[in-house]
Amino acid sequence: MESVNELVTILPAIIIGFAGLLVMMLDAYIENVRLVFRTTTLFTLGALGIAINDMFGHSGEAFYGLITYGGTAAFGAVLVLIGTLVTVILSRDYLEKTGSHIAEVYSMILFGTFGMLILVSANNLVTLFLGIETMSICLYVLAGLVKNEKKGVEAALKYFLLGAFSTGFLLYGMALLYGASGSTFLTDIATLDDKGMIYWAGVALLLVGFFFKISAVPFHMWTPDVYQGAPTTITAYMATASKSAAFVAFIFVLSRALPEARAEWGDVIWLFSILTMVIGNVLALVQDNVKRMLAYSSIAHAGYILIGLAAGTDAAYSAVLFYLFAYTLMNLGAFGIVAYYEWHKGLDFTEVKNYAGLGFKQPVMGVLMSIFLFSMVGIPPFAGFIGKYRVFAAAVDEGLISLVVVGVLASAASVYYYLRVLINLYMHESDPGITLIRPGVLYSATLIILAALTIYFGVKPGDLTNLLGSFKGISY
Amino acid sequence: MEVLLNIVIYLPLFGAILLLFLRRSEWARWTSLIVTTATFLLSLPLLLQFDIDAITAQYMTVSEPLLGDWDVKYMVGLDGLSMLLFMLTTFMAPIVVLSAWRSVTKHVAGFYSMLLILQTGSLGVFAALDLFMFYIFFELTQIPMFFLIGVWGGEDRIYATVKFFIYTLVGWLLMLVALIYVGFAAGNMINDGVFTTDWRLLTDSAFQLGLVEQTWLFLTFGFAFCIKVPIFPFHSWLPLAHTEAPTAGSVVLAAIALKMGTYAVLRYLIPLFPNAAIAFAPTFGVLAVIGIIYGALVAMVQKDVKKLVAYSSISHLGFVVLGMFAFNTLGAQGAIIQMVNHGLSTGALFIIVGMLYERRHTRMIADFGGIAKKMPIFTVMFMIATLASIGLPGLNGFVGEFLILVGSFNSEILGSWWYAVLGAVGVILAAAYMLWMFQRVMFGPVTHKENNNLKDINTREIGLLIPIMIFIVWIGIRPTDFTKYSEVQVTYMLQDTQDRAAAISQNVSAEELPRWAVHLYDVTSPLAVLTDQETKEQ
Repeated sequence: MESVNELVTILPAIIIGFAGLLVMMLDAYIENVRLVFRTTTLFTLGALGIAINDMFGHSGEAFYGLITYGGTAAFGAVLVLIGTLVTVILSRDYLEKTGSHIAEVYSMILFGTFGMLILVSANNLVTLFLGIETMSICLYVLAGLVKNEKKGVEAALKYFLLGAFSTGFLLYGMALLYGASGSTFLTDIATLDDKGMIYWAGVALLLVGFFFKISAVPFHMWTPDVYQGAPTTITAYMATASKSAAFVAFIFVLSRALPEARAEWGDVIWLFSILTMVIGNVLALVQDNVKRMLAYSSIAHAGYILIGLAAGTDAAYSAVLFYLFAYTLMNLGAFGIVAYYEWHKGLDFTEVKNYAGLGFKQPVMGVLMSIFLFSMVGIPPFAGFIGKYRVFAAAVDEGLISLVVVGVLASAASVYYYLRVLINLYMHESDPGITLIRPGVLYSATLIILAALTIYFGVKPGDLTNLLGSFKGISY
Repeated sequence: MEVLLNIVIYLPLFGAILLLFLRRSEWARWTSLIVTTATFLLSLPLLLQFDIDAITAQYMTVSEPLLGDWDVKYMVGLDGLSMLLFMLTTFMAPIVVLSAWRSVTKHVAGFYSMLLILQTGSLGVFAALDLFMFYIFFELTQIPMFFLIGVWGGEDRIYATVKFFIYTLVGWLLMLVALIYVGFAAGNMINDGVFTTDWRLLTDSAFQLGLVEQTWLFLTFGFAFCIKVPIFPFHSWLPLAHTEAPTAGSVVLAAIALKMGTYAVLRYLIPLFPNAAIAFAPTFGVLAVIGIIYGALVAMVQKDVKKLVAYSSISHLGFVVLGMFAFNTLGAQGAIIQMVNHGLSTGALFIIVGMLYERRHTRMIADFGGIAKKMPIFTVMFMIATLASIGLPGLNGFVGEFLILVGSFNSEILGSWWYAVLGAVGVILAAAYMLWMFQRVMFGPVTHKENNNLKDINTREIGLLIPIMIFIVWIGIRPTDFTKYSEVQVTYMLQDTQDRAAAISQNVSAEELPRWAVHLYDVTSPLAVLTDQETKEQ
């Protein structure tokens, strides 16, 4: 009965995978999109509940060490499932309003989430690869979802080609690492004594693959085009769930397979962190399209998170996990509001000047957007500030002061492009031709909950940071 | 009383949340007036029960650690350094609300909710006794200020508000790095390795930062505070923000927001890095004096009354900084009372300029003239505020400036009476630009016929100026009623800072320091002393 007990350790993934199949069947036989939506939401909610419960349970390895569960992995699953749940809820209204509400979206999201859930619990290079590929293929499809939209098709193709390319790097790196160590288990790679050329080349290629997935500069080229071209709620999904999953897997690889990461790879990550923060922020400054701006901002955020990975201590990893949580909340919220404004004038209503004066027309939406953006800037009392603070503090403790100084200067520059959205929302006169309709109860309730969580974890982060701190030594 | 302090801090925030549900503008006005008045009345017992002989903070609330494994606590309380400024904030709030009664017509509820959030933030800044909490409350004041200037401001409001926000944030984000460093350093040294930002521990004599560390940390903190004060040459955001902000925004900025910078210098910059503060005192003294004279000279050539008042702020704040770095009780006492004075008199001047603007929709000096006859009550109020701002004996401005000048004249640490002499030039210049402005605006013949129909100020406007006038005269005549609150604490704090500085410099030897630090802190190497003695003996 060993294996049945082990199934429990990946219960969220099983639920999501089953839900994906079920939803596909429902669509084929009943063709009721609303029913599909409800099923998806319920199953995701169930999986989220189990994942949250798993965070407090014990952790360990299962399936002959192929996967790891509990602790960091469970928290990664929570991040992914929050991203999925919110995406699903927001997608219904958004896709209905923009006329592309099809049931395949939900099954694709569910399969993508299944991949992510495998990815966040990967303890072996093969599991890792399976997770990444399952996730990526679904994302390629989702990016090109709106078929008649030219940009969407372009985005999907670009994403697919570059993604396939980076997968090549990743796989080649894994192959070389296997060649060097004779094992695909992360912990076995760490015990390798004789680190020859093959090992170094393998690790370098593996890092390139990860840098692509988390869109670190200079592997970020796909991000703005894909984020802009994809339907906005799907962009939210890509920016939060898939990125969190990639980062959690990255933490596992760094802490388990490359535990000397600080000494050996610290400088590499240091360099990529600076590049990512500076270039991401500078390019975001000149964007006129809010979705592109948020894409570059997510690149910049990847840079801040890399500061934590460069520090490479237990405290830094738990700080990164907190950062990912805050990042997930505020990005989902911001994209949700962008999607809401898009309802009214179609898909190209994402230029920053389109937003002139909209803040006072639907005050609740305006206030929510302000909360999410100020949280992204990293201003207290929002969760984004605590995330940044903890990551920076972990790095200062490791003596990476120059890196942190670059980080704070970069985030000071970032203020300008976040404020630009608010300036347009509140400080310019509105176009009288636009009347905003009130969003649905479910839609606004979801966003309000996200904002409330952003404030709650900004004011009272203690419980979560304690929990994340308790993961150390067990799961990393 | 601990609970009362927290009620006072959070009542305005509660009011702001209440405003979200109010649709009618009139209700929003009355709600915020009631909330701010209640806050003021509730804060009075804090003042009356205050033990002026205590050197520790009173009404302390200390929570469990907020950030998990780190010793970062919600910790608020009042002591001599913060008491008067805390009261100034609660006192000015209803006046600010009244001053915007008629001039703000769009998005009224939004406007007042921003004011109320700003008040909670400012009260928190003055009451916070944990460096981390101080940072959080400070940033909480930035968001409403950003909207106040940007949404309800003048023509150039967007540029002004972005400049204000980014300028301040750059300094404070860099300070955040220094703050984290201090937290870890204090943790490792005196708190069993647990990160701490508790003010009591940071100013403990066992917490001894090295001189090189102190220099960098002092400069980073100092940079952030210099921007906020603002001290020359980091002042360029201030005139812009002041001019573009709506009247109520300017008043809040002058009376409360600018005090956060100077207060932070006294509360954190000087006690946290004692050696560096003493070593850099002359530098800050020079910058302060430059600010005093530069602000006055630029104010003299302004054509816009509001800009003139804004530049006079730079001059007045120069005095405050000079007083603080004099490192004696007189100077620091003068600095604290000058902060209050500046809040009252500059606040009043901005309100008065706002009244003129509401009537004529211009603030250019050339557009006025001869309105003294048309608006007699207004003239009296304007005159008192002007004279207070100049520092006429018998009014509040004189007390602060006099104490600061005496303090800096006798200061051992500044070491020269030139600071006081040049500072006094600023007082003379103040008389020149203020009186000249007053004469051109109020006296002479009426040159624009629109000015013939000006109505004198109404009951509301008189009512909101009278309380300020009372305090302007009261502080001028009986300053000890106010200075007594800070005296014991300030004396203790300065002495303690100098003692700790002496203790730290005893423990360092010149060999371990880079040459610039030896020079800066005048550390004599024990070896060098020895060789000197040997040469003498020979």
